[in-house]
Amino acid sequence: MNGLMHGKRGLIMGLANDKSLAWGIAKKLSEHGAELAFSYQGDALKKRVEPLAAQLGSDFVFECDVSDMAALDTAFDTLKSRWETLDFVVHAIGFSDKSELRGHYLDTSLDNFLMTMNISAYSLVAVTKRAVEMMPESGGSIITLTYYGAEKVIPHYNVMGVAKAALESSVQYLANDLGPRNIRVNALSAGPVKTLAASGIGDFRYILKWNELNAPLRRNITIDDVGGAGLYLLSDLSSGVTGEVHHVDAGYHLVGMKQEDAPDIGLT
Amino acid sequence: MSDTAERVQKIVVEHLGVESDKVTQEASFIDDLGADSLDIVELVMAFEEEFGVEIPDDAAEKITTVGDATKYIEEHKG
Repeated sequence: MNGLMHGKRGLIMGLANDKSLAWGIAKKLSEHGAELAFSYQGDALKKRVEPLAAQLGSDFVFECDVSDMAALDTAFDTLKSRWETLDFVVHAIGFSDKSELRGHYLDTSLDNFLMTMNISAYSLVAVTKRAVEMMPESGGSIITLTYYGAEKVIPHYNVMGVAKAALESSVQYLANDLGPRNIRVNALSAGPVKTLAASGIGDFRYILKWNELNAPLRRNITIDDVGGAGLYLLSDLSSGVTGEVHHVDAGYHLVGMKQEDAPDIGLT
Repeated sequence: MSDTAERVQKIVVEHLGVESDKVTQEASFIDDLGADSLDIVELVMAFEEEFGVEIPDDAAEKITTVGDATKYIEEHKG
């Protein structure tokens, strides 16, 4: 089924390395014929993103600090300088002070609350606003990455959970705003995966182990699982789907209590 | 050089793209091998995968040289 994305162009924002969920999605899109551009923030990520983009035959890589509206405008000007239209966007961006991704939500500072909300939730709105200007009359598709910590309390996820809740709600409002233009907006709620971003979350191994033992599929998901779902949401396969939070979590979100066959585990 | 030290050296050479003779046990990831903070996190992830060990954050923060990593892995691998 090659060619699902043939002739489509999209921007991947927030790729960090070959463990990234965005990498799983980018690879799958590329396999199916999509033409990709990549944005990064800072030189440390630039040197990681450029070789990965090259692996997928792309040299269209530019900086974009999503917390700076002028920088966002510049990034989209760069995009417009080479591409007349844009068919899809992968928003895989979030950030919080690591020291507040452990312990209690109660201790969240105002500064970090605002920064986390800005970079992890508002940025989708700011990116979408600019991306839709480039989308053709036939429409487009935008996805963002979220996590179950938006819906239920996950230890240590804290302010990021609150930001992801705002992000998921933003997906619904954006989907409603853009529906008449046939631009679809969805969120992909991935189960825990050991990525660079996840390394900032306290006791992450415990979360991984718990999911592996208690998810209906009795395993953790891979970036390839995420890639397949991303391809579905960004291609015409999901043409009737918008405003959805699609769980790619081995079914974990439907579980109400520990599985009987799961051993008791503690923090190690 | 022990088997662990050799495997650690190989991972560091591959990840940081440095000459293997620079990756001595005394070499500091940041000062001598040009690693940045993301490289350190990625190296720790690579060590965990290669050796099946768990390197918690507080231990990872104390690993600054190649020798620190080798020592931690030798003491904790199963």
